[in-house]
Amino acid sequence: MSDTTLINDEFVAAVRRDMLKFAQMQLRDAAMAEDAVQEALVAALSGGRSFAGRAALKTWVFSILRNKIVDLIRVQSRTTNISALGDDEAGMDETFEALFKENAHWRPEARPFGWGNPEDTLREERFWEVFEICLNHLPEKTARVFMMREFLEFETDEVCRELSLTVSNCNVILHRARNGLRRCLEGSWFAPGEKPC
Amino acid sequence: MLNCKEATRLMSEAQDRQLSMGEKLQLEMHLAMCRGCRNFREQMDFLRLACRRFMQRRDGGDDGSSHP
Repeated sequence: MSDTTLINDEFVAAVRRDMLKFAQMQLRDAAMAEDAVQEALVAALSGGRSFAGRAALKTWVFSILRNKIVDLIRVQSRTTNISALGDDEAGMDETFEALFKENAHWRPEARPFGWGNPEDTLREERFWEVFEICLNHLPEKTARVFMMREFLEFETDEVCRELSLTVSNCNVILHRARNGLRRCLEGSWFAPGEKPC
Repeated sequence: MLNCKEATRLMSEAQDRQLSMGEKLQLEMHLAMCRGCRNFREQMDFLRLACRRFMQRRDGGDDGSSHP
């Protein structure tokens, strides 16, 4: 298969849509996301590389996009204080505290319950919609740190360094993000029909 | 003795760094008698797995159209 049949308009449009969604999630800024995607696409398609197939091409385009996103986050982190606690983050911390009794053990009604077989869940197309909603629901700065760690696959100390955070700050933010995401999934996906055990 | 709140912090950090022997021991002792925290740990593992899978879905072969 030659590159001309590989890269048709329809395919590029589909990839572009996925890229935009991904960039938008990370950057939370439509114009920046648009620019990052455009630059990544141009860089990927103008390189004169040949690809073994669409999957290989898509992987390549996304790896360029990741680098673009990281560059933008670096620039952004110089002007925004990621560790400053916003109202959203303070609210999440209050919600977290409310899960525990005075002695810092789980309130019975807030105790995490079993989520069943992970593979069964991950096979469900609908789950991924809920997952994205929950990710987008995280406050911007919290999401930024979490996604750098989990999606851009930085080591935690790299995330701290890139965003000028102390390690303990980083830990607090990641814990907040994970608990927020966990609570969102528990409430929106796992709750119906499940019983706390 | 570790309480649940402290245990959740350690379980989150375990996703990011190797816990010390002392931390591991404390955590395991707590988990042995706390089902809520055992579920919390499974949920943390689930989040990691879901994030990995999420990325694979994005830039894997799934391009939204049928392959020729």
